[in-house]
Amino acid sequence: MHNFDFAKPSTIADAAKALGADGAQALSGGQTLIPTMKQRLAAPGVLVSLTGIKEMQGVCMGDGGLHVGAATPHAVVAKEAVAHYPALAALAGGIGDPAVRSRGTIGGSIANNDPAACYPSAVLASGATVVTNKRKIAADDYFQGLFTTALEEGEFITEVVFPIPQKAAYVKFNQPASRFALTGVFVAKFANGVRVGVTGAGNDGVFRWKEAEAALSANFSASAISGLTVDAGGMNTDLHGSAAYRANLVKVLTGRAVTAAG
Amino acid sequence: MPKDHGIGASTKRREDIRFLTGRGVYTDDMALHGQTFAVFVRSTVAHGRIKSINTAKAAGMPGVLAIFTGEDFKDVGGNPAGWLINSRDGTPMREPKRPVLAHGKVRHVGDAYAAVIAETYAQARDAAEQLAEDSVIEELPAIIDMKAAVADASNRVHDEIPDNLCFDWGWIEDNRAAVDAAMQAAPHKVTLELVNNRLVPNAMEPRASIGEYNPGTGDYKLTTTSQNPHLTRLLVAAFVLGIPENKLTVVAPDVGGGFGSKIYHYGEEALVLAAAKKLGRPVRWTAERSESFLTDAHGRDHVTKIELGCTKDGQILAIRTETLANVGAYLSNFSTATPTFLHGTLMAGPYKVPHVYVNVKTVFTNTAPVDAYRGAGRPEATFSLERVIDKMCRELNLDPFEVRRKNLLTPDQFPYTTPVGLVYDTGNYQATLDKAMAMADVSGFAKRAAESKARGKLRGMGLSTWIEACGIAPSHLVGILGSRVGLYDAATVRVNATGNISVMVGAHSHGQGHETVFPQIVAEKLGIPESSIEIVHGDTSKIPFGMGSYGSRSLAVCGTAMAKAVDKIIAKGKKIAAHMLEASEGDITFEDGKFQVAGTDKAKTFGEIAFSAYVPHNYPLETLEPGLEETAFYDPANFTYPAGAYICEVEVDEGTGKVDVVAFHCADDFGNVMNPLIVEGQVHGGVGQGIGQALCEFTAYDETGQLLTGSYMDYPMPRAEDVPFYNVDYSCQTPCTHNPLGVKGCGEAGAIGSPPAVVNAVIDALQRGGHTHVTHIDMPVSPSRVWSAING
Repeated sequence: MHNFDFAKPSTIADAAKALGADGAQALSGGQTLIPTMKQRLAAPGVLVSLTGIKEMQGVCMGDGGLHVGAATPHAVVAKEAVAHYPALAALAGGIGDPAVRSRGTIGGSIANNDPAACYPSAVLASGATVVTNKRKIAADDYFQGLFTTALEEGEFITEVVFPIPQKAAYVKFNQPASRFALTGVFVAKFANGVRVGVTGAGNDGVFRWKEAEAALSANFSASAISGLTVDAGGMNTDLHGSAAYRANLVKVLTGRAVTAAG
Repeated sequence: MPKDHGIGASTKRREDIRFLTGRGVYTDDMALHGQTFAVFVRSTVAHGRIKSINTAKAAGMPGVLAIFTGEDFKDVGGNPAGWLINSRDGTPMREPKRPVLAHGKVRHVGDAYAAVIAETYAQARDAAEQLAEDSVIEELPAIIDMKAAVADASNRVHDEIPDNLCFDWGWIEDNRAAVDAAMQAAPHKVTLELVNNRLVPNAMEPRASIGEYNPGTGDYKLTTTSQNPHLTRLLVAAFVLGIPENKLTVVAPDVGGGFGSKIYHYGEEALVLAAAKKLGRPVRWTAERSESFLTDAHGRDHVTKIELGCTKDGQILAIRTETLANVGAYLSNFSTATPTFLHGTLMAGPYKVPHVYVNVKTVFTNTAPVDAYRGAGRPEATFSLERVIDKMCRELNLDPFEVRRKNLLTPDQFPYTTPVGLVYDTGNYQATLDKAMAMADVSGFAKRAAESKARGKLRGMGLSTWIEACGIAPSHLVGILGSRVGLYDAATVRVNATGNISVMVGAHSHGQGHETVFPQIVAEKLGIPESSIEIVHGDTSKIPFGMGSYGSRSLAVCGTAMAKAVDKIIAKGKKIAAHMLEASEGDITFEDGKFQVAGTDKAKTFGEIAFSAYVPHNYPLETLEPGLEETAFYDPANFTYPAGAYICEVEVDEGTGKVDVVAFHCADDFGNVMNPLIVEGQVHGGVGQGIGQALCEFTAYDETGQLLTGSYMDYPMPRAEDVPFYNVDYSCQTPCTHNPLGVKGCGEAGAIGSPPAVVNAVIDALQRGGHTHVTHIDMPVSPSRVWSAING
């Protein structure tokens, strides 16, 4: 790790100001950034911690659904979202291990947009709104491919607002080494339709499986998707699974998520 | 009632108090006055010619004290291979020099070609990065695939070795024609091609070394993560740097696991010593985890074709194997023994097989060196054998339990000389098979399978009846087989004046629990409390000699040396007692810690004898020396042969291909058991590692020689959720016939016996589930591989 300066502002305004500095980099839970810096693959001149900002912390019900502060650790979401959005709480409680869940945050996860991270599937399937220091971004517009988002220079997430579905579940199949999602499927049933968010599988990051959404909107049961196939052409291949295997997992896990959602 | 002390008691591990409360002292914990830091410059290409290394810029960077390159070590010795193996045609193996730092060529990603010493770690790392930038290495085509390596004479890991072959070994070559004939004549023949997956050892503590040199005395000290400090001293002093052994102390303090990878001497150890001498200051190095992945000696990596000839009712007539064994870029110390004498000699298993022939071609590639890893050669042999027998049972529609029973040696056949050069002294393989079957409730399987099916899972059961040769090793035998050193061990028992005892042992404990078990044996023999006995290990300045811990040898070899030294203490004690009690030595008995004149009530306690030994006033010095300290060396007459039967049950999720081990039953014969608690722990750990190999772990290099599984993001380690609650039994005991404790060793058993049981269970589940085209899946039997096999 190279030397760096460190700032820990206590307001969103101060954070925005600090991030305007040359070479500044936002730091939330640091579960990706710190290891990258330790390997000397990243060397920001200034780290601006976002975890000291009160209004970016915590979980509460409000306008538009469940508001989750961007700097809220997974462990807090796992505990505090249970009463309002159990599927989201369960997802948060299944990320990484206890150490990761105590440090890692939702804002850090979706700002990084790792193609195998859990949270993006929930944000997309819930049709959540990503709130930044500058604007509100619909989930469908936010995720733009591998490690790519709609965030602009100097922009950072302050909270995520989740509409609460009638039924929902997340089913993850672990990559055997990292325990990230080799494939993870979040299914959310709303009054006006079903949304299916898939992480880990696509070669362009998190995506919605729209054929399944249509079938499940008509008939919310695992059997509704039995006739569908997932095109392996859009799937990722790596040491732990081929595109065909991932395509299979998308379908199998979607069915299981529907069953789990009840 | 179970014993609460001495031999056979489940004494809790005393070392756990320091380990579990953070009070262990590991190499990296030691801060030394004036210390400096070494960082190695490692090759980022698998194969390359070093054109130039310009040290000028790096040398001028802040805090930099010294820079070393391969040029600095070109005139010192190489790190040698411990076993000389001859090829089938009688020619000796090819032994390229393994230098301290790569010189001329780099041969694997991670191969160190320079080192920087600086005042701080960060400074050393900055300068090492600069040095890497200022080095010109011409990349050459990488040699990764073993078959391609031996086929292509133009591309060479070592320029002087045209076909990248270390040796082509036949065991036993004279039997080859007879085995071929028996195979030809067999009514049924089974063939299986399989891969024994390469593993990264992943000890919890990475390798670390500190070199010290005292310019005032000329004394060196190496503190290092070693499983056998004496061997490291011998290698680094006599073979590499040319330091007299009396001027070098090697200390291996608390060591956080080794699994084989810390048996060997590595170049980093020589470097920190040479650098300490140059600077007159301590020089330290601790591997980063990524360095561990790239440079610790890896394990396994065999590609094998095994053929089995048998009768239609499953009587095995002949076994023949052809193996390509990857040795990596250089010969690590035991690397030539592992695929040969620790592998080929086990190919008869616990069975009466008249004809066995093993061929092993060991191949250089541009990958990390490969050497012994928990089990070392014996897991590879056991896996090949137990998988092909399982395949035979399926092809002939025979019951795998009955086929094993039909072929197992029977107790009346011992001692038994195998067709591959070993003499099994004793065993009762039927007993462990019966025990395992009872533990596993084999007859209740159908009911369990139905219950699994109701939950949407396929259930399968797999068996492995295994044997190993351990207690390494009888020196006369391994000498014949090519070992350049005898593999005896030694212990000194020092009775202090007040009757407590320090035992200096050559075995090194890095998780095994010697500090607990060894005192149990001494306490039992001397009739004194375990708590008054302390084990000293891991320091060449305190211990007479030793060959370290590996090959399930600590108790069987070093423990025996210790027991013999205790016998000498008792003999000396009798002399002292005779003098004190004014009796004849022959009339003194020793029991329950008391020296007594037979038939009288005249007695002295052990403590009184010890005190007298150190504060004598009137010893007849011509016949009785003061002091009570004895040393014994012990060289075993034979290997020991632990054996057992493992039964694994798995559930397979057809949708995802995920395998869950839902039950694992172990019936082992370790001979006499000194501490059941520790034996169970060893079996748990070994089986866990075996399940890891069977289901999770693999090491992938791409065609350019980059290690794709170079971190825990991609190298799948087994976790608690991947292993079941084990069902372990060690009540079938046929004591070893040639060591006085009757012990056989238990450290590697689990890792040897378990992988085939797991894979056999997976194949069984798939076959029962109707996927009859699946007859084999290579390890790791990962979800994607199982799914692909089902749908392939």
